[in-house]
Amino acid sequence: MKIIVGVKRVVDYNVKVRLKQDNGGLALDLDNLKMSMNPFDEIALEEAVRLREKGAAREVIAVSVGSPAAQNVLRAALAAGADRAVQIIAEPMPQPLDIARILGKIAQMEQAGLVLLGKQAIDDDSNQTGQILAGLLGWGQASFASAVAIKGEEAVVERETDSGVETVAVRLPAVITADLRLNEPRYASLANIMQARKKPIEQHSLAELGIVPHPQWQVLALNYPPARKAGIKLDSVEALLARLRADRVIN
Amino acid sequence: MAVLLLAEWNKDGLAVETARAYSAAQKLHMPIDVLLIGNAPAALRRAARRLPALRRLLLAETQAAPKAQQEALEHGLAEPVAALLASMAAAYTVFMAAATSYGKNIMPRLAGLLQVAQISDIIAVPAPDTFKRPIYAGNVIETVRALADKKVVTVRASAFPLPAMAETEQGAEEKLVLPQDLPVPTRFIDEKGDKKEGEPGLGTAKIIVSGGRGFGTAENFKNLLEPLAAKLPAAIGASRAAVDAGFAPNDRQIGQTGRVVSPDLYIAIGLSGAVQHLAGMMDSRVIVAINKDAEAPIFQVADYGLVGDLFEIIPALIKKLG
Repeated sequence: MKIIVGVKRVVDYNVKVRLKQDNGGLALDLDNLKMSMNPFDEIALEEAVRLREKGAAREVIAVSVGSPAAQNVLRAALAAGADRAVQIIAEPMPQPLDIARILGKIAQMEQAGLVLLGKQAIDDDSNQTGQILAGLLGWGQASFASAVAIKGEEAVVERETDSGVETVAVRLPAVITADLRLNEPRYASLANIMQARKKPIEQHSLAELGIVPHPQWQVLALNYPPARKAGIKLDSVEALLARLRADRVIN
Repeated sequence: MAVLLLAEWNKDGLAVETARAYSAAQKLHMPIDVLLIGNAPAALRRAARRLPALRRLLLAETQAAPKAQQEALEHGLAEPVAALLASMAAAYTVFMAAATSYGKNIMPRLAGLLQVAQISDIIAVPAPDTFKRPIYAGNVIETVRALADKKVVTVRASAFPLPAMAETEQGAEEKLVLPQDLPVPTRFIDEKGDKKEGEPGLGTAKIIVSGGRGFGTAENFKNLLEPLAAKLPAAIGASRAAVDAGFAPNDRQIGQTGRVVSPDLYIAIGLSGAVQHLAGMMDSRVIVAINKDAEAPIFQVADYGLVGDLFEIIPALIKKLG
């Protein structure tokens, strides 16, 4: 079985993004920010590599869509254990529906048995590409996975829900999206990082895949959220309880 | 031109998140139908009919469906539910649900079936085709205009008020005929929750006490927070660091990658207030921070702060609460 893993290049999770003035409005100021692989995608990749190591998969193919700079993320994916890297150059960054169409095309070309994606990218926080892809392909889905086991023609997946953990069995081929606790990604060894530099990265354009982007929304404005007004520091438990009673939030 | 709101319910009633999402749907100024999947009890249906200006309450009862479909629909599995919604596409322009783990699983799949994208996690509706939504863990708010004719939208429930329920039952009740070919590629096996009997859930609690890494051990977390929560009474939440350290199960996690909550009172104890945590609790009415580090970012969003040792402050709070 082949596993396709989506790896998105995003602003590193430790960086707080800022806005800048641009054409009379505000725009993201992404110049010179540290960029990394989306953390949920790192987890998805690690899970795919573990499934291959257990013999449940034959090949792990990392796919990244976006600017040419995404090559760095694909090198990191190769160093972390992906067998092949496929880069789709597309600027501006396509929206989730188009990303899902691209991944679906590659999944079909490769006859993949499983697509593993992060549950959301930490830049646009949309949490939808995996589920859209499953819908487009007509495959089963298991989102927000915290454990995955391949058993015959099915993947048995524990899913994190608002009320606990749900276990489902989904028929393959399927789409699984990774939640935080699925695994802890390994650090790539120096030897693997060096080897990954020499590995080829396959490149395709959207035209080669026969995909014309079809944006679904237009961004009208970007703003900071309204700030909460600064509060006060109190010096005792009694003072705190008096305030909370005055605000009628406790009895 | 109408909105279809996918409801969540359980034996206790309609989910609070669904009621709040209804308030978001009202901002679209279109007739609203609410869909209940499963065999909802009569009392719940009557209560749902009091959603203000509801057009129709649609019932997708499952007893006549083949067993596999019946089970999958009742467990809310995405494949048959999204297919059911897609089968109703001709009659609606907007499909909505709360951005809970249920809505977040199903609605984007529906978007895929309709060949559109989802507008995720909206917090405001400035115009019927325009939505505000948080990006970058809530550090930036994006205003987007949806371009497609069909819109699939999930709602951050905490950003919208509960609707003022009508005095009398609204609209009509209508039973749906289920399509014959709902796909079931996934089987439900089981579900484990850890909520204790009688404890308020995070989604509905008026007070939440939330703990972070400052508790040091899982025993401290439990032995200090549980008595405090019982006294208030409050639901217990946790930061991602506390969950990662094994102090609390994942379903307690509040933040960008966990639950988004907006109780009347949020008490953050021994947690620094990482950006991703703040994203999950900033809409709370009153925020209290208790932390020994006076410089912790949580104090910047707290209405009231106590700088000090949680191991002294929590027992004092419990005692003073009587």
